Amino acid sequence: MIELILSERCIACGTCAKVCPDDVLRTDAAGEPVIAHKEDCQTCYLCELFCPVDALYVSPRTAPDPTVDAAALIAAGLVGSYRRELGWARGRPGGTETDLSYRMHEAFTEPFGEIWKRSGI
Amino acid sequence: MSESTLHLTADVLVIGGGPAGCWAALAARRAGASVVLAEKGYVGTSGATPPANTTLFYTVPGDRLQNDGMVDHRVAPAKGFIVRDFVRRVYDETTVNTELMTRWGYPWPRNETGKTFRGNLRGPDYMIFLRKRLLAEGVRILDHSPALELLTADGVAAGAAGITRRTGDRWEVRAGAVVVATGGCAFRSGVVGTHNLTGDGYLLAAEAGARFSGMEFSGQWALAPAEGGLTKGIIYFSGSFSDADGTPIPHPGVPDALAAGRSVHAVLDRADPYLEDGYRKGQPNIFVYFHRLGGNPFTDRYPVRLLYEGTVRAAGGLDVDERCATSVPGLYAVGDATTREKLTGAAMSGGGPAVAWCIASGTWAGQAATAFARQFAAGTAGLAGRPVHAIGGAGLRPAANPDPERTAEAVTRAVQQEILPLDRNYRRTGAGIAAALERLDGLWEAARDGLAPPAGATPRDIVRAREAAALVATARWILASAGQRTETRGLHRRADFPGLDPAQHHHLLSGGLDRVWVRRADPHEEAVAA
Repeated sequence: MIELILSERCIACGTCAKVCPDDVLRTDAAGEPVIAHKEDCQTCYLCELFCPVDALYVSPRTAPDPTVDAAALIAAGLVGSYRRELGWARGRPGGTETDLSYRMHEAFTEPFGEIWKRSGI
Repeated sequence: MSESTLHLTADVLVIGGGPAGCWAALAARRAGASVVLAEKGYVGTSGATPPANTTLFYTVPGDRLQNDGMVDHRVAPAKGFIVRDFVRRVYDETTVNTELMTRWGYPWPRNETGKTFRGNLRGPDYMIFLRKRLLAEGVRILDHSPALELLTADGVAAGAAGITRRTGDRWEVRAGAVVVATGGCAFRSGVVGTHNLTGDGYLLAAEAGARFSGMEFSGQWALAPAEGGLTKGIIYFSGSFSDADGTPIPHPGVPDALAAGRSVHAVLDRADPYLEDGYRKGQPNIFVYFHRLGGNPFTDRYPVRLLYEGTVRAAGGLDVDERCATSVPGLYAVGDATTREKLTGAAMSGGGPAVAWCIASGTWAGQAATAFARQFAAGTAGLAGRPVHAIGGAGLRPAANPDPERTAEAVTRAVQQEILPLDRNYRRTGAGIAAALERLDGLWEAARDGLAPPAGATPRDIVRAREAAALVATARWILASAGQRTETRGLHRRADFPGLDPAQHHHLLSGGLDRVWVRRADPHEEAVAA
């Protein structure tokens, strides 16, 4: 679930509230995001992904996470870690071209692994 | 909150902006239609695809071995109903559209041979790519705009009406044809990507008279880490399972072990470093859980649970013909909103086949809806003047006095108590189904009569009430169908009929609201029997 909005990093661009697929995030009068309906958060990390300044943190726990500690998460490099793993930057897609998923498909038991090895175009 | 109504007209209205809805909108636009796409959430993040990475099946032109292998791969687990020629057409259509994506600039990864590999679509990248293409093609997107009900004209689908969730403004789109692309239904089980998938499109289509097929083939449960909601199954091809004491559990025995209340742990101990790198660099979403909470899934055992994916990754859904038309004139359905029995039989439709089906069905429905809308040659002025009726009922217009006790939350919880408990639903019994149906029939009547947004309702309240009604209706089609299939086949499991009965290689159609009906239909004459 969404756990942190790091207001010292937030630039009030409104993107997270715009892209949230539900009503979890809204913007206040100053344009800053607020968690409006945490219970609707589906832990999709997409607000994090689209945030241009790594100002949000979603815990992988689908229930409220009492262990979240902003300073510790920042120190451990975990704020923004998903977008870095994907290769996204400043809220923009990147990294698809380095996807190695073909390896898992080609590893399937015979004969399907062989079929996938023939599936380049 | 100010309330006004946005009035629009379009040749084709698409309801739902996951991949199938996006492909339908693109195909209709490219065929010359004006198109409005209304999405409950945000086109690019909403639905099951954006938080996930999805496998895609397709045919490589001119490689018969590859083509036959791709088509035949799911025949054995399907347990009947697969139509090979149909599957082939779906994958061929997918290849054609991946070529379009190439032309539009999609950055395909490459395999060891240096060729483009199209078998994995990273969800957020793919969906934002489609969103940009929709805008480039001139599709009008309504984000955060759930459709609440269909408009019909003399029994023909003629548009939809809904609400803008962030402002409370209403919207109404008069259209020459409507495409339902609202996905499957997972009953708010907690699976990442399914929170918005509450059967809304089923309900509004059923109110117009549309029917379903294969709703009993919906017993789809998937593994997630014990505290997480991401149900990517592909890693378990490299996994081993054990109970709390470390006693091995064979993979097929995991659901029954969990249903019996045993704890089950997984470890991905059968991946070599090359494959581990493939998982980590191909599916980073899976590993956020371990990165942030600790533990290495390739070496350390971790507890797992099963979450219900319902019709999202299963087989059942709206019954459509080869052009994706429903039984209601002017109403089309695509992607996970439809039955996928001809594609994957009684088995799981995800990922590769269903992801291809979103592309192919979207394309075919967009083209067919455009052709249907051409009869309204007067164009948008003619559409705007057509007399239409808004036909939404339960959760929107209570049939009796609103009952303040009958909240959306209470109704949703009551449905979940029937559908989600693993011990009663992984393998069902005739008696259990009958008892659940009796309770759900009562819940439907109460919801139809008394479920309504409270006074001073927010847009969220209004949407939640309608979603709750859709959940009740969906549960009834599922259980009524499950009661009529006295065998175990694919995703339909009966504890009292544990074997497959070759005499039951027939479809079960279903529908109805106040009175739910189920009847048999013959499989397609080309279908491969189990």
